[in-house]
Amino acid sequence: MRAPPSAVTLKGMDLSRLAQRFVEIVGADGVVTDPAELRTYECDGLTAHAATPGVVVLPTTAAQVAEIVRTCVAHGVPYVARGSGTGLSGGALPRTDGVLIVTSKMRRILEVDIDNRRAVVEPGVVNLAVTRAAAADGYYYAPDPSSQQVCSIGGNVAENAGGAHCLKYGFTVNHVLGLQVVTPDGEIVTLDSHAPGYDLLGAFVGSEGTLGIATQVTVRLLRAPEAVQTMLAGFESVDAAGACVSAIIAAGVVPAAVEMMDALAIEAAEAAVACDYPPGAGAVLIVEVDGPSAEVADELAEVRRLAQQTGAFAVRVAADAAERAAIWKGRKSAFAAVGRISPAYLVQDGVVPRTALPQVLGDIAALSRESGIRVANVFHAGDGNLHPLVLYDHAVDGEAERAERVSAEIMARCLAHGGSITGEHGVGVDKSAYMAQMFTDADLDTMQLLRCAFDPRGLCNPGKVFPTPRLCGEAPGPRTGVHPLVASGQAELF
Amino acid sequence: MSDTGHHPSREQLQELVDACVHCGFCLPTCPTYDLWGQEMDSPRGRIHLMKQWLEGAPLTDASVTHLDRCLGCMACVTSCPSGVRYDQLITATRAEVETTYPRTRRERALRGLIFGLFPHPRRLRALRAPLRLAQWTRLDRLAGRTLRRIAPGLGAMATLAPRPGRRERLPARVDARGTRRAVVGMLTGCVQREFFPQVNAATARVLAAEGCDVVIPPDQGCCGALSLHSGRRDEAVRFAERTAAVFTRAGVDAVVVNAAGCGSAMKEYADLGVDAPPVRDLSEWLTELGPVATRHPVPATVAYHDACHLSHAQGIRSAPRQLLSAIPELEVREIADPEICCGSAGVYNLLQPQAARDLGDRKAAHVAATGASMLVSANPGCAMQIAAALGRAGHPLPVAHVAEVLDRSVTG
Ligand SMILES: Cc1cc2nc3c(=O)[nH]c(=O)nc-3n(C[C@H](O)[C@H](O)[C@H](O)COP(=O)(O)OP(=O)(O)OC[C@H]3O[C@@H](n4cnc5c(N)ncnc54)[C@H](O)[C@@H]3O)c2cc1C
Ligand code: SF4
Ligand code: SF4
Repeated sequence: MRAPPSAVTLKGMDLSRLAQRFVEIVGADGVVTDPAELRTYECDGLTAHAATPGVVVLPTTAAQVAEIVRTCVAHGVPYVARGSGTGLSGGALPRTDGVLIVTSKMRRILEVDIDNRRAVVEPGVVNLAVTRAAAADGYYYAPDPSSQQVCSIGGNVAENAGGAHCLKYGFTVNHVLGLQVVTPDGEIVTLDSHAPGYDLLGAFVGSEGTLGIATQVTVRLLRAPEAVQTMLAGFESVDAAGACVSAIIAAGVVPAAVEMMDALAIEAAEAAVACDYPPGAGAVLIVEVDGPSAEVADELAEVRRLAQQTGAFAVRVAADAAERAAIWKGRKSAFAAVGRISPAYLVQDGVVPRTALPQVLGDIAALSRESGIRVANVFHAGDGNLHPLVLYDHAVDGEAERAERVSAEIMARCLAHGGSITGEHGVGVDKSAYMAQMFTDADLDTMQLLRCAFDPRGLCNPGKVFPTPRLCGEAPGPRTGVHPLVASGQAELF
Repeated sequence: MSDTGHHPSREQLQELVDACVHCGFCLPTCPTYDLWGQEMDSPRGRIHLMKQWLEGAPLTDASVTHLDRCLGCMACVTSCPSGVRYDQLITATRAEVETTYPRTRRERALRGLIFGLFPHPRRLRALRAPLRLAQWTRLDRLAGRTLRRIAPGLGAMATLAPRPGRRERLPARVDARGTRRAVVGMLTGCVQREFFPQVNAATARVLAAEGCDVVIPPDQGCCGALSLHSGRRDEAVRFAERTAAVFTRAGVDAVVVNAAGCGSAMKEYADLGVDAPPVRDLSEWLTELGPVATRHPVPATVAYHDACHLSHAQGIRSAPRQLLSAIPELEVREIADPEICCGSAGVYNLLQPQAARDLGDRKAAHVAATGASMLVSANPGCAMQIAAALGRAGHPLPVAHVAEVLDRSVTG
């Protein structure tokens, strides 16, 4: 191991001594202190925010995580959890003066209990690996973020990740039955969905790494549906596709997924994976229905009829699993695929009531025209979760800033239409400033109370989610003197 | 560095690096990330290290270690939705490492030894029996006293080296059976020729049976694959020019290659600024051509292994499966995690013996789980590597090249 940087010092405990302690806990191959290696952890899937962590630790057991957290607490050092680093809101942005605790070596599937329809996994296990482990028995794990091949279950829990099929099956929170968590005190506790009293499990899911570190996750397994049908429909315009979505919902059909992509997003996906969507389409809809065979056949016929009625000029139904995968491939690769048509992009994640979709999309198109910034739209049309991809070139002077403004304006429009600033990617560091637009001070203070109840010292992923890092009243423990954030005016006590 | 071939400029490299959007989709298919689970041993992390270097940070021991550990399997190229050309990035970065980074004496000795050996069929021949290997290494002056310390790598080779097959002298030309449909050149490959001569013989027979005149220039040398994939670019260009010239003179419609690593390197000749006839992998060529020879039954259950240099570097996955499945009474079984490298990766098992061994063990376990009675692949390195791992696991399986299975079916 090379000498760690000793520039960053916190109250006499420099990070190199902390690193030595970590080596005792996890062994030398689980501690990263080399500057070049540390920098590879500087950001998650959102590259706009970057900070080189002070130290990176890669534990392999819950006991090690607890010991690491206790060490951090004892020395008043902030720490941040990281899974696969695919987050899109900077939730896993490290602290230069802190420790990054990475779960990517904790990836054992501990139990697949088909009888009880559940699996117990370590937090670093990749989402899709859970489904793979249960597939032979005809079961699967339902939440399917587009990043499912790489994102970790721990990260999914922290972000309450969703996916195309959450329209019918719900988000991560609906599929987590139990958690083992290392609390910000360094204690290992179990949170159970059936426990009496407050739903602490519910509070933890979606807490973006601010209430502790999940070290074991018990997830629900679902029986794979008897039949699945996937339809791809091409429309002239986004409006026509939107009308189709409304018609489907109005008819009382609950598809497993309804996804929409506009022309620019289709162009990107074609370039990346040659998904062979209907040429010339202004928008495509992917509608998937699943369940018992007879029901699925009826629903598919209904959906097909509605698509044609609302102006679909091309309708294709996947004949088999391979064709279904081909249809989905275009959609699932869409985010990263815009890398093919633009050097850089921002992913926005807003939610609007489904009825407001046409207006908001109109607004976005106007914004794009006015600013000259291209916006590709990919979204979970069924539940009004928009993912506008704001394209820019950082080599063009001022374009990054303009893109940033367009992205922020899109979010403001979502709010104005009674929506939300995030559907599934979380607040993280990226959107913390916008929380105040959505919540009153009283709301935010109440959330802060919950956070303080878990993390009175404010060391667990500080600086995320809330607009101004507020700290809980003077905490017990070894920390003395004014917290550096308070001293620098970045935080206040309350 | 002399300026043979096209070297990507710094700006081009910067562009290649910038194409990475940091989505992480490449992580799960990267064998070293699979082994160690840390960012700097993932494609995304390695690209970040390259980015740091392009921004002016010097190459450090740490960054070179992680770049060296890359197998060059190109699984990340397959899985990247943004189309990042990691293949071009790693080749260029390796060239930079080899020319500017001061390696330890021990590393230099090992590398010198390997590259003084593999691309040279005649020297390789001296090693055909492991016994002679020991002899040769003892006599060799190049490595001198450091030899003992670098023994782990050579130890790996001694156990990997197969009992060489019976040497069959190949004629310079094999005529098509029946109507002639094409004239093809055949690359015999350094490792293939010395350790698996029977594969080359089978390849020639199958090609002839499918109506190809097969030209096998006796003066062909190494195609340059090992050098190219290890950052020895100038050396690679020299080999490439020689090989291209030999096959151009032979006047063939295409050069057919039965070793995936060689095929992928020859398909990069244009990037090196070297003109050559079109290059086809054997299975690619045969599926394009369509079968005319009768297939006789081969009652067997085989597990097909995707060689990285075939599946990831050349995008060839269905052709060999199609050819095998078309053989009566032959059942093809799929190996779990097919996209993950077996750890052979050219000379990787010599340079990174422990990682190569661990990856081999994982692959062997998946192969054994298929219950197949034979392992089929299209690359000699993979075959040696997996056979050795299967042996260690107490589950020895016969290995065969796609060409050998086809040969058996075609010749009946
Ligand atoms: C191309 C692409 C497509 C995507 N598509 C979707 C999508 O369809 N739906 C969706 O919801 N998201 C999507 N995402 C976002 C991202 O994949 C999810 O937020 C995912 O849940 C993050 O998982 P991760 O393992 O990468 O977590 P990281 O990015 O490493 O961390 C995310 C957050 O979780 C915290 N965390 C990580 N592990 C733990 C733990 N064990 N305990 C406590 N906190 C922890 C971190 O501190 C951080 O705040 C996408 C991302 C990309 C790049
Ligand atoms: S070439 Fe293979 S080993 Fe190297 S980074 Fe890509 S996937 Fe990993
Ligand atoms: S998949 Fe491609 S874009 Fe994504 S991190 Fe890997 S190399 Fe970069």
